[in-house]
Amino acid sequence: MSNKLINWFRFASPQAFYPLAGRMIPWFWALAAVFGIAGLYVGFLVAPTDAQQGEGYRIIFLHVPASWMSMFIYLVMAFWAGLGLAFNFRLSGMMATALAPTGALFTFLSLWTGALWGKPMWGTWWVWDARLTSELILLFLYVGFIALQSAIDDPRRADKAGAILALVGVVNIPIIYFSVKWWNTLHQGSSVSLTKSPSMAMTMLLGMLLCALACWMYAIAVALMRVRTIMLERERHTEWVREELGMKAKEQ
Amino acid sequence: MKTRHKRIALIIGGLAVLGLVVALVLNAFQSNLVFFFSPTQVAAGEAPKGKSFRIGGLVKEGTIKREADGVTLRFVMTDTEQDMIVAYKGILPDLFKEGKGAVAQGKLGEDGVFVATEVLAKHDENYMPPEATKALGDAQQRAAANKAAVEATSKTVKQ
Repeated sequence: MSNKLINWFRFASPQAFYPLAGRMIPWFWALAAVFGIAGLYVGFLVAPTDAQQGEGYRIIFLHVPASWMSMFIYLVMAFWAGLGLAFNFRLSGMMATALAPTGALFTFLSLWTGALWGKPMWGTWWVWDARLTSELILLFLYVGFIALQSAIDDPRRADKAGAILALVGVVNIPIIYFSVKWWNTLHQGSSVSLTKSPSMAMTMLLGMLLCALACWMYAIAVALMRVRTIMLERERHTEWVREELGMKAKEQ
Repeated sequence: MKTRHKRIALIIGGLAVLGLVVALVLNAFQSNLVFFFSPTQVAAGEAPKGKSFRIGGLVKEGTIKREADGVTLRFVMTDTEQDMIVAYKGILPDLFKEGKGAVAQGKLGEDGVFVATEVLAKHDENYMPPEATKALGDAQQRAAANKAAVEATSKTVKQ
């Protein structure tokens, strides 16, 4: 038990996590490619045409995974931020900072593909219904988090300020998720949820889940790459970073 | 150790208070957060009077009719309890069909006809191949799609 705890905390130090992350990144990239190709193959070549929306519905294979990721990454980011606030781990703040741009990207993708989907199906690019508006607020939260952190020079203070913003913003996540249940919206309800069987044809669902896995792997790979850069930047005065960079220079 | 526990308690307590505040605020603004009113709500006088608002429901089967001028459309919007006549002049989305969901924005006239300035289609969360939905429909279309249906159903497990 105590042995396990020691091992666990070892990776909380940037020095130990840096090489581990470096070894994991190629695997996550490979998995992202495999799931991505499989997902797009199933989505575009196997899944049948939709009865109501024809071929246009196929944007779902990007829209839904992007929306899921936008919410999930925020929760992970807030978790790391909260952990950093409570325990003062150096790594937590770095993880939160590394996740924010990817979360913002997925939120933007979700809104953008949603607009492209809304125009032909609903007849409008945008409406101010609860689902769309709360997702837009999520984008502002991500952008606000990034802006706030970059406005503060001292990384420790930047982490603290960002963590408070990230934690306050968590209330928005259940609002986004349940908005289609709590209020009537133009956006339809969830096709896939934990409480009921999915209201989609099996192959459509399979394609969507594979694409979601691809997005997941991509997000991990990119976040790890970013966190490695942040580690080097923030710890540039330490012995291990000098060694790491010195070693790299010799190798070349 | 102690300050750490204090901080965790502060974070959890802060989030709980924040969650409660947001829940109360959202509850208070409940009526402002709805995107549309149902015909029943309009009949009960819940919709704003004299102002533009949206109504949502199903387009009643067999009620879409063009008026004599050739551009104005009249149809009945229903939530299966109350009906409401809607008049609209403009472009309709492709998914606007009888028996399907729609949301119309406009004003309620003196004569009880809702004059819409914009009509949007609201589709449901069901995605399935056409053969699954048309299985209930007419046999004519099924015969034509028979070959494709056989091929697709072998790959697709339907609901």
